[in-house]
Amino acid sequence: MVARADFEHSDGAKGAEVRFTGRLTLARLGDLPARLDALGPIATLDLSALDRIDTVGAWIVTRTAKEHGSKIVGASAEGQRLLDALASDKSEYRVHRVRRPAWARMLEQIGTASIAIWHELLGIIGFFGAMIIALGIQIRARRRLRWNAVVTRFQAVGVDALPIIGLMSFLIGIVIAQQGAVQLEQFGLEVFTINLVGRASIRELGLLMTAIMVAGRSGSAFAAQIGTMKLTEEVDAMRTIGVSPMEAIVLPRVAASTVTMPLLGFYASLCAIAGGGLYCWVGLDIPPLTYIQRLREIIPMTDFWIMLIKAPVFGILIGVTGCYEGMQVRQDAEEVGQRTTSAVVAAIFLVIVLDAFFAVFFSSLGWN
Amino acid sequence: MAGETEIEIREELAAADAIRPEKFDRAICIRGLRNQFGDAVIHDDLNLDVRSGEILGVVGGSGTGKSVLMRSIIGLQIPAAGEIEVYGKTLDTITNEEESRDLRRRWGVMFQGGALFSTLSVAENIQVPLREYYPRLDQKLLDEIAAYKVQMVGLPSDAGPKFPAELSGGMVKRAGLARALALDPALLFLDEPTAGLDPIGAAKFDELLRGLADTMGLTVFLITHDLDTLYATCDRVAVLAEKKVIAVGTIPELLATEHPWIQEYFNGPRGRAAANCNQTQAPHDRKS
Repeated sequence: MVARADFEHSDGAKGAEVRFTGRLTLARLGDLPARLDALGPIATLDLSALDRIDTVGAWIVTRTAKEHGSKIVGASAEGQRLLDALASDKSEYRVHRVRRPAWARMLEQIGTASIAIWHELLGIIGFFGAMIIALGIQIRARRRLRWNAVVTRFQAVGVDALPIIGLMSFLIGIVIAQQGAVQLEQFGLEVFTINLVGRASIRELGLLMTAIMVAGRSGSAFAAQIGTMKLTEEVDAMRTIGVSPMEAIVLPRVAASTVTMPLLGFYASLCAIAGGGLYCWVGLDIPPLTYIQRLREIIPMTDFWIMLIKAPVFGILIGVTGCYEGMQVRQDAEEVGQRTTSAVVAAIFLVIVLDAFFAVFFSSLGWN
Repeated sequence: MAGETEIEIREELAAADAIRPEKFDRAICIRGLRNQFGDAVIHDDLNLDVRSGEILGVVGGSGTGKSVLMRSIIGLQIPAAGEIEVYGKTLDTITNEEESRDLRRRWGVMFQGGALFSTLSVAENIQVPLREYYPRLDQKLLDEIAAYKVQMVGLPSDAGPKFPAELSGGMVKRAGLARALALDPALLFLDEPTAGLDPIGAAKFDELLRGLADTMGLTVFLITHDLDTLYATCDRVAVLAEKKVIAVGTIPELLATEHPWIQEYFNGPRGRAAANCNQTQAPHDRKS
């Protein structure tokens, strides 16, 4: 076994002398740097007994020599080359970012985040405008919408989402019915469970849950797809060829999500009603026929219109947010992940905010 | 506690003794290598030796498997047949984790795109191998090592805290080289280090590589398309064609062979231009 890096320490005539032995390399360093630092002033560093030295060893010798102002003797030709390579001044070479105190960084983060949210909102609105202009140009130039692309997105956004949205809505219908029945039973009004499930599903929950699911499934997919296309410069290539990315990438996706949302929302409402019906039948002994008849009496047509008005708006919102975030990718793979996350978060947040506005608006119209 | 550290150090030292690069005349020894993807055979009965201390350039047309050859040596691609020894060890026969780590410690690899970890700064990228193999190094020394590696590869003094996305193409290559050199390896693999650099940047990189190889006594396995790099840095050149290494030797030796691809490669318009530029230099007598 080769000896690890070590040193002998002796007091010579001209001051303390350190004589390194063994192999002064990264692998055999052990605790040598700490022991070396513990010594007092050193006048001479003797390298003549070393078997081998690498850049880390040479750096330790250089740094010790600089610290104590000591002389380096007995370096081999190879060692001397390394020492020469490391001799220049490295004090200006920085390794870490300049760190400000914690409170300053916190303030800075709050500030940057606020500005970022504001810019994001402006960006989404601006992007929406640009999309409308692109649509206008396309219509005026009598260029056809890219139906192939639209249909492909239709499949991905709509048809492929049917099983998961159906299952989710069905289960939510059961949960609403069950939780509602528990409360209403206390007043002997369990029959009103039908009102609860029917109106909540059509008016709010079916569509809202669908919007959340579509934002998670498709909004994120839009952002990631477009973001990756930006990274591989596909979008730039498109522009140079003369194909407008708005027309080729964005419009088909937004069109797909806009058309799909009302369909999915209606489908989700039906599934939720079916789930509620199942619970009423099994848990409350209300037969399905009675359930359906009662639904016809209590759900006003306006609830249905409300859903149909909200759905395309949510669809546009999800599509635009996803595409916008994808288009914002500039640098690296990590940014694709960040942008995908913010596409989903922003879409869900904006959908819920808009939904609140719609609720107030329709109530004041008297559509109760 | 002190006793425990002592034992740890001893174990580390014992493991470190398993491979002694300086004892080998040939760093890499490849015999009968065969690589294939499905039916497509990339290498068949390929033989190649890399001598310790030399810079070996590997050239070949597109699709001749230069990168695949490098990936086989470093164990990223499992060969269909044949044997690859690096410092007397064969990666596929190494079963114990210690030994394979010990072998990996001896080489540094720089991938074509730099392959820097995008979530870490340049300095942290350089420290990744150091932390992995020597977890007990203190932070101060780690930072100093990162700083001098940054300087050695010729990056500017403010490059350490930057993230890969903030660097230019040439700086990414240099940072990749710094990370490859983090453990002071004996053997360095470079995949197209000058691809995508402008001629001035490429020439500076060649110079840097030659200098580092001389200072640190490196053995370099260099895949390149760049004729200027071949003339300026390589001791020997291996030519990949027809699923084999068809010739290995210094450039004058290769020029003496009759093989049409080699003739076309070195005597084409670009080959001649590169040769004229480098006539005045004598790149092959480094070891004398």
